[in-house]
Amino acid sequence: MDFLALLELFGSGVWGTVKLFTVTLVGSLVLGTILAAMRVSPTPVLRIAASAYINIVRNTPLTLVMFFCAFGLPFLDIRFGDSSSFNSFVYATLALTAYTACFVAETLKAGIATIPVGQAEAARAIGLTFNQTLTQVILPQAFRTVIPPLGNVIIAMLKNTSIASAFNNRELISAMRNAIELRGDLVIPILFGTAVAYLILALILGRIFSYLERKLVILR
Amino acid sequence: MSAPTEVLFDAPGPKARRNNVILSIVSTIVLAGLIAWIIWKFADAGQLEPEKWYPFTFAQIQLVLLDGMLATLKVAAVASVLALAVGVVFALLRLSSKRIISVPATIILEFFRGVPVLLLIFATFLLFGNTIGPFWSVVIGLTLYNGMVLAEIIRAGILAVPKGQREAAMAIGLRPGQVMSLVLMPQALRAMMPTIVAQIVVLLKDSALGFIVTYQDLLYQVNLIGREYNNLLPTFIVGAALFIIINMIVASFARWLERRLQRKTTADVEGEGLTTAPVR
Repeated sequence: MDFLALLELFGSGVWGTVKLFTVTLVGSLVLGTILAAMRVSPTPVLRIAASAYINIVRNTPLTLVMFFCAFGLPFLDIRFGDSSSFNSFVYATLALTAYTACFVAETLKAGIATIPVGQAEAARAIGLTFNQTLTQVILPQAFRTVIPPLGNVIIAMLKNTSIASAFNNRELISAMRNAIELRGDLVIPILFGTAVAYLILALILGRIFSYLERKLVILR
Repeated sequence: MSAPTEVLFDAPGPKARRNNVILSIVSTIVLAGLIAWIIWKFADAGQLEPEKWYPFTFAQIQLVLLDGMLATLKVAAVASVLALAVGVVFALLRLSSKRIISVPATIILEFFRGVPVLLLIFATFLLFGNTIGPFWSVVIGLTLYNGMVLAEIIRAGILAVPKGQREAAMAIGLRPGQVMSLVLMPQALRAMMPTIVAQIVVLLKDSALGFIVTYQDLLYQVNLIGREYNNLLPTFIVGAALFIIINMIVASFARWLERRLQRKTTADVEGEGLTTAPVR
């Protein structure tokens, strides 16, 4: 097991983490926006359902959510593909999405609260409906104001993808465990390398978000 | 409900009220259908039969679950105390006026804050697991990560204390150490208490990770019982309910603390200080 092979192992690990991260990013942004919209909607049932969901899942450890998805769903005969590795991937992204969406929704709701009241009042005054007010006036502004806290949520999610390693997923931590099994003499460099890989990924994300912040954020 | 949510839509007129009722009914049906589908799935997998839930009436099983819960709480409690200590120390190191102290402290802090807590638990477990066991591996991993996050929160709190406090304390002749321990730190800790407690909730949630390094916590016992009696989902629901209840108690304690502290005079921390959100 030479250095190059180790590097290749790590490369596939990073790729696995990036895959998990990207799918979850899209999923949690969509679900989070829907949850936030439900929380501010005029229909009480939707408001109650969204806040109940957020309160319960937010107070559940991600390990527990993933435990349910990875072990519970197959028990209920809910499967998504033939290969077990693809199934594990879907279960892990489902859990990560369900969990992260709560924090996205909470952040967005805080963002909606910072939009000056006049904006919504003006939108209503010109006769926009709730849907139009939300999607054309409030949410575009809310998204731009919450970019910095949203960045924190997303970076935390990147770190949370590590938990998927315990449920049959190929990503950085499982690559690290493989590498340590193969080269027991290099434990410390391998651990350090994994940490550096995560730091680099987080650094790239931080850069992207500070760029977005410079470009888009509305200062109030 | 905060003000802006009520501003988003007009006070409903007759038509809007009718639409609202229809929408309510439709969404109730959809939600009820979703719940019914989940229950049907459970029943289909035979997880709702009484004998699957029967084991929970055994004192033995209840004791095992209780043991697991206590093990989880023990990790969380020890790690919280240690993390607070580490947090205070690193906040002070980072605020040190000597660069030779503050720069390495910043590097260490950013390093441990930037990596997943699971990696830290694994690292401790792989390097020292044989001598210190899984309990301390989890505790040290949680302490390193959350300690650094708490350090940032405490530092933000200290920086947010009005400048006049520090100047006044120095003017009456207190030494730098006294200024910090008697004047700045108490105000910072108090102002940041809600954020600190919120981070403790995060720590409590992360303590569930112990199961991955074979620490015999709640989730480990759930897995064991579930496999033994072939009732994984009922056991899981019982375990999840225990976890969620504990977390909600601590989280509502944080909210109560926040409300209570707002009533009293605290250091004026507007702007940057209080917005340091807990890192999940």
